[in-house]
Order: sequence, then structure tokens, then C-alpha cells
Amino acid sequence: MENAELNPKSLKKRRKERIDRGIKIRSNDIFAVCSWREMLYLSCPRLIPTVGILLLPLVLGVYWQKVYLSVAVFALLAISWDILAQTGMISLGQALFFGIGAYLSGIANHYWGISPFFTLPFATLFGGLICTLVLLPVLRLRGIYFSMVTLIIPLMLVRVIEATRIFGGTEGLSGMTSLPSKWLELYLISAALLGALFGFRRLMDSDYGLVLKGIRDNDRSVINAGINIYLFKAQALFLASSVGAFAGAFMTHVYMFVGMPVFALDYSILPIAAAVVGGPGTLAGATLGAFILVPLSEILRGIGGLRIVFYGLFLVIFIVALPEGIFHYIQRKYHHFERWVEVDQ
Amino acid sequence: MFYMFFGTIVYALINSVILALMAIGFNLTFGISGVANFAHGAFYILSAYVTWMFLNFAGLPFLISAIISILLTTLLGALIYRFVLLRVRGQALSEVIATFGLGLAILELFRYFGFVGFEYTLPVFIDKSVMIAGTYVDMQRILVVIVGGVMVLALWLFTHHTAIGLAFRGIAQDERTALSLGINSDRIATLSVSLGAGLAAVAATIIIPLGSIAPSEGYDVLIKSLAVCIIGGLGSTGGVIAASFLIGFAERFTDSYISSHWTMIVSLAAILVVLTFKPSGFFGKQKELEERI
Amino acid sequence: MGRGGSVNPSPLLKVTDLSKYFGGVRAVHRVNFDLREGELLGFIGPNGSGKTTIVNLITGFVKPSAGNVVYKGREVTALAPHKRVLLGMARTFQMVKPFYQLPAFKNMIIPLYSSRLKKMVGGKYGDRDAMALDLLEEVGFERDARVAYKPASVLPQGYLKRLELAKAIALQPDLFILDELFSGLSLAEVASILPIIEKLRLEGKAIIMIEHRLKELFRIADRVIVLNYGEKIADGKPGEVMGSDAVKKAYLGSE
Repeated sequence: MENAELNPKSLKKRRKERIDRGIKIRSNDIFAVCSWREMLYLSCPRLIPTVGILLLPLVLGVYWQKVYLSVAVFALLAISWDILAQTGMISLGQALFFGIGAYLSGIANHYWGISPFFTLPFATLFGGLICTLVLLPVLRLRGIYFSMVTLIIPLMLVRVIEATRIFGGTEGLSGMTSLPSKWLELYLISAALLGALFGFRRLMDSDYGLVLKGIRDNDRSVINAGINIYLFKAQALFLASSVGAFAGAFMTHVYMFVGMPVFALDYSILPIAAAVVGGPGTLAGATLGAFILVPLSEILRGIGGLRIVFYGLFLVIFIVALPEGIFHYIQRKYHHFERWVEVDQ
Repeated sequence: MFYMFFGTIVYALINSVILALMAIGFNLTFGISGVANFAHGAFYILSAYVTWMFLNFAGLPFLISAIISILLTTLLGALIYRFVLLRVRGQALSEVIATFGLGLAILELFRYFGFVGFEYTLPVFIDKSVMIAGTYVDMQRILVVIVGGVMVLALWLFTHHTAIGLAFRGIAQDERTALSLGINSDRIATLSVSLGAGLAAVAATIIIPLGSIAPSEGYDVLIKSLAVCIIGGLGSTGGVIAASFLIGFAERFTDSYISSHWTMIVSLAAILVVLTFKPSGFFGKQKELEERI
Repeated sequence: MGRGGSVNPSPLLKVTDLSKYFGGVRAVHRVNFDLREGELLGFIGPNGSGKTTIVNLITGFVKPSAGNVVYKGREVTALAPHKRVLLGMARTFQMVKPFYQLPAFKNMIIPLYSSRLKKMVGGKYGDRDAMALDLLEEVGFERDARVAYKPASVLPQGYLKRLELAKAIALQPDLFILDELFSGLSLAEVASILPIIEKLRLEGKAIIMIEHRLKELFRIADRVIVLNYGEKIADGKPGEVMGSDAVKKAYLGSE
């Protein structure tokens, strides 16, 4: 990426040059196994977060462990959002997936006494299925309609619950069984997060992921390759909504409660902010964004409603000024170095 | 029995005009010029608060406060375009996120600063009631219908019979061609966003006196405007009218005969139904390839 | 199967009374034609005569106002576009829009992912890459210069057009529809692509080519159809068509 700038002092132009770091080039091919330094360079980006996430629950105090749970849940929602975004669907309603998963596991547990070991997978799969079916009609339309409908449905569901008073109505359902131990909670969500992060990352980098990204960039071209784009969009939707549903189901058992707040705007907005801040188009960026924003909002908890103001502002600022996100920025610095170069005219 | 029925009809009519008034600003920017401004609801509420502030802090008469507020909101629209939308122009989804974030920040800021409560309201223009078909209707509501009718008519004339109006529609349909015809797409887009914001402000000035100012109302306005524009067909003023009446009547009748909880659900369900069967809306132009991705 | 040999008696593609009206505009009006296997049919006509609309109608991106399209004996008029591709139609787009940040051969992955090829590829990770490189070599991406590995953003138009063609070839279709493949290419570039098209025809593929470059088109076309204002005004061998008065009038009016 180059940047030409007219230096008023002289008539020479400067441009910014981006060059791969030596170590990146050396670790490109088979040479990577030549030395420990190269291998470390390659594995660091993957090892540090993995080890970090696995160790984190051990070093945090009780309060921050609860925060960590939130971080992981929002990271999952952000990953879910990013998968959809990479396929060309911008969801303004992650709360839909979250809420449906939450209610499904809550209902199964409250009314039928099913244990969390079964409600979680049930809510994940069934939640994904329901959300996909509900949004199926909108898949054939332009992206904007998808965004609008996902914005509207959670708000509608809140009103329905309020009006019909089903599933506990405004009071919600409480008294769920929780997971057997705190450590299980922490490590289950960590495993889910790491699994989603690395698993979906691999998926999006594969040929399948290329098809999905193709749908976003040039859907006519993909149709023209004899691919049924609606089928693929539905698949991406199912994957993303299952992840969101899992997050919701998990939280139901952590808080032992489910109610209308699960469809709150928070659950829709923060994942978007996290992905936009962290770096849209990469799942790692979405995760990073969650790790930044959720603790930040905890620290700022004292300011109450101002939180959402900040999310909103973050959204605007990042999307306009730093659309590549923090993750890409770090990645760029890690792999390349930049310098200004004089260019003779 | 009769009175309830006629009363419902009268209020349904008024409700329809209210919806149309809310939606025309959004329709102008998004439907006609293709610029997504999801901060529409925020502008609506913002202008109401600004009027309130001039009224109560500066002691200015209502009409003056309202006019200043409308102008300021229009200006804000232009600034939003210049500093935010311009940079993400063309990527419709980034436009949505950016304006939505902005709207969010504005509304929640007001909520945070505690601008919630019954004292936050705007005065009605004429404090009287009239009897129509057996129901009391206050003059403010009649004013809403009049102003609404005028604005919709004015908008229709503007977009169909003036050079600028036609330019608006031009950049929505085919930006490249519009550019090659010498239409400065950025300037027109700035104009459309500001006018859309201004229309939101006008709507707020007339409608808010019927209730009070509340940030949550901002989300409702956005959703209702979206609903009306989608059902009526993005870009069609006639569609906005038709959809407003459809939703307006559906809401009021649901409210009278079923329960007020279900009113919102009716509009939202209507959106889903329309999107499934006729995505370009009732009067929307048949842009086959664009509607069906 | 060679051209002129054991030719299938019924046409591969049969278009009857195909029409498309946009509001008051007659984009295409009652166009009729047949196409046989191994035949290369050219579509020419002034700008706006409806050529691209016809392509969109045949491939299913636009629904016709009237008329029908029969392909391999099947009525496909209402069939979804991706299903027609699965039946063996492939088209190139006039405006070439590859995935610019990706290397050229990665651009081939999506067509190779199509279920039309599922049996052949077998889905093993990496096989598609090899197929992509082979296909690109066939259309002239020099293997030793590793052109196929370059990002699409640095490739000149000639290579991009060939990439577009390769994407169509990858689908192993029976009918090619090439929309202004030669536009923006130098004479040398056109000359280097012609043999590839000729080879396809010898393999028995049917080809429709929309073109403005008449001289180059006439070198390979068996038949030419002339469109004007959405209507067919001539249909025959290149030489006879260009001699007709109606065609001369249509072209003189716009050139």
C-alpha cells in the first residue's frame, strides 16, 4: 500500500513503502523449520492467545472471572457476526440468536427439567435451526433487508413476550440448574471460544470460505459458477446462529435466569462494535475486540447508560477512521515494516 | 359500538398521517437517494430536545425554538454526511453501521443525562378539541393531518417536478449515469441527508406535543419509518402513503379491538410478510436483479 | 465429437419469441433462433440493441416478459440461473470483476467448487489448486513465469479476460456465452485468444459471442445474428449478413 505525498519544501514526492520483515520471508516456505526463531515467529500469534485464554481463568479473581465469562460470550457473538459479515450479511440482531438459545435452554430446563449437558447442545442446534428458518425468506434479498429484519425481530419478540406473557413474561424464568462447577463453566466457554476461533478460521480460509466471501464480493459471479448461493448463505447463517445460540444457552445456566433482557440491544451492538474495533473480516479481530471492549465497559460500569453511547461512538469512529481494525493493524506491523521513500520526479 | 368504530377510524387516519410524516424523511434519504441514515430516529428526538432547550432554557417562543431546531437538525444532517457518510459512501452496510452507531450514541446520551420524564414535552399549537364523528379530536392532531398532507404533497412535487428532486432520484437509480450527466452526487447526497433530517425535525415538532419526548421513542420512529418504507417500496412517495395507511389502520384497529401490546407486532409481522412475497414493496420499482440478490 | 460429423439433429438451444420489456422500453422483442452443438454464433448490433439482455435472459438472470428458452430439450425459461449452469451453460461477464486481492489461480476455486465438478474433484484440499493451474495454463498463463500466482490486481486486461474464459471452461459446459470477450484487448491479445475458442468449437461446444469487434468475430463465426432495438434484423453467414441493407442502415445510423 503506497501513499504519495507532495512535500511542499521540495518538488520531490514521497511514498510509503511496505516491505515484508526479514523473518517473515524466511519463515515463508519450508525454511520455517530451519530455526527456532522462525518457528516461534509463526507460532507466537497462535500460541499466545491460546495459552493466554487457557491460563486466564486461573489467575483472575472471582469478580473478574465473571467478567471473563462475559468476554468469552461476547467474543463468540462477535465471531458469529463476523462469519455472517464475511458472507455479506450484516446482522444488526445478534441478540436474536442469543435470546433464542437462552430461551430454548431455559425452557427445556425449567419445564422439563433437562440437565444442562443436554439443554446446551439442544439449544445450540435447535436455536440455529429456528433462526435460520425464520431468516430464510430474507436471504433472497439485498443485504440491507437482512440487516433491517435482524434489527427488528428481537424487538418484536420482546413485545410478544410482554404481551402474551409466555415463558414467564416480563418476570422471566428463574431457578435453572447451573453447571456443576465454576471451573467447568470457565473452561467450557474457553474451549468453545478457542474451538470457534480456530475452527471457523480454518473454515473461512478454506475453499468453502472462499465461496462464502465470493458471495459477498460478487454474488453474480458465484451464481454463474453454478453455485446455489442461498444454500451457502443458509449454511453460514446456521453456523453463525448456532454459535450465538450456544452463547445464550450458556449464559442462561450461568445466571440461572432467562427473561426479556436476553433480546436487549446490548447483545446486538457490542458484538458489532467488537468486530469493527478489533478488525472485521478476521475472527481473531472480533475476539480481540471483545477482549478490549467488555473489560472496558466493566471498568466504565460506573457510568451506566453511557456505555452504549461509547459503543455507538466506537462504531462510528472505527468504521470511518480505522476500518481495518486493530487486529489488522497489529498484523501489518508484525509482518511488514513501513518507511517513507523519496521518489525522484 | 358505532362510536368506537368511527372513533377508531378517525384515530387510524391520524395515525397513518403521523407514520407518513415520520417516514418521508427517511424515504427521501434512503429510498430516493440510496443513502442509509439509520440515525433518523435520533434526529427526530434530538430536534425535539433542542426545541425544548431553547424553549425552557433560553425562554424563546415555541415557534422560534422550533424553527431554529429544524435548521440546526438540517445542518447536522449535512455535517453527518460530510464527516461520516462520505467516507463510507457506497458501502451500504458500513453506512448502516456508522449511522446506526451515531444514532445510538445520541439517543443513549440523552437517556443517560436523564432527559426522561413528563416535563420533557413540547406545547401544542392550539389547545382545543373538536368533535368528529362522535369522538373528541384535539386540534393538534388535526394540525398533524394538515401539515402531514402538505409535506407529503410538497415532497412528491419536489421529487417529480424539480431539477434537484429528479437529481435525487437519479443518484439512487444509477449513480454512474447521474455522474456522467453532470450531477454532483456528493452534493445531492448531502442535500438529501440534510433534508431528510430536517423533515424528521418538522415531524417531531408537530407530533411530539401529542405525548412527551423519550429516547426510546427514537428507536420506534426508526423502526416504523423502516417498516413504512419497506412495505411501501423504497423510493416511492405513493408507496409511503399507502403503507402508512395500511400500518396506521392495522395498528389502531389492533389497539382498539385486541390490545395495545400487539400493535407493534402487527407492523413488524407486516414487514416480514411483505418481504417474503413482494420484496420491492407495493409500489416499489421492479428492480429485479437488485432486489433479488 | 467433431463439428460436421455426427451432429445431433435437434438444436442445443432454442429460443422462441423471447421478449423483455422494462416499463415502456422494448429491450428485446420477439427474438427467435436456434443453436447447434459445435456452432459458433455471433451476436452483433449497435449499443443498446439488447445483446446483453438476451444473454441475461438465456442465463436466467432476468425473467422474460414473453417467450421461452429450451436447452437440451428442456424448458428452462423459469429455471434459476445457477441450475442452468449445472445443466451446462457458462457465461463470461462483460465487466470483468475478479477478486483482486487474490492470486489469479485462487479466482478459479469458486467455479471449481461447483457441484457440476464434484464428482471429478473429490473435495480433497489442494486438488483444486492443481486443476486451477492447469486450466490457466491452457488459456495461456505461462507456467514458468508463474503468472497464475500473481494477484489479479496487477494483471493486464488480456490476462483478466483469459481468466474469465478459464472460469467458464472450468465448468465444462456445453454452451459458452461470451459477452464482449474481446473488448479492451489489443489485436495481438485477440489473436492469441482466438485459437483457444477455436479449440473449444472443435471439441463440439456451442458458443455464442457478443462482440463489437466485427473483423475478429467474422474470422471464426459460423453464423451471425444482428440485433437492432431489441429485434433480430438478420441471421446468416457473416458475409451475407453484412451485405444486407437493413444491417447497413442500422450500423450507419450509430457509427
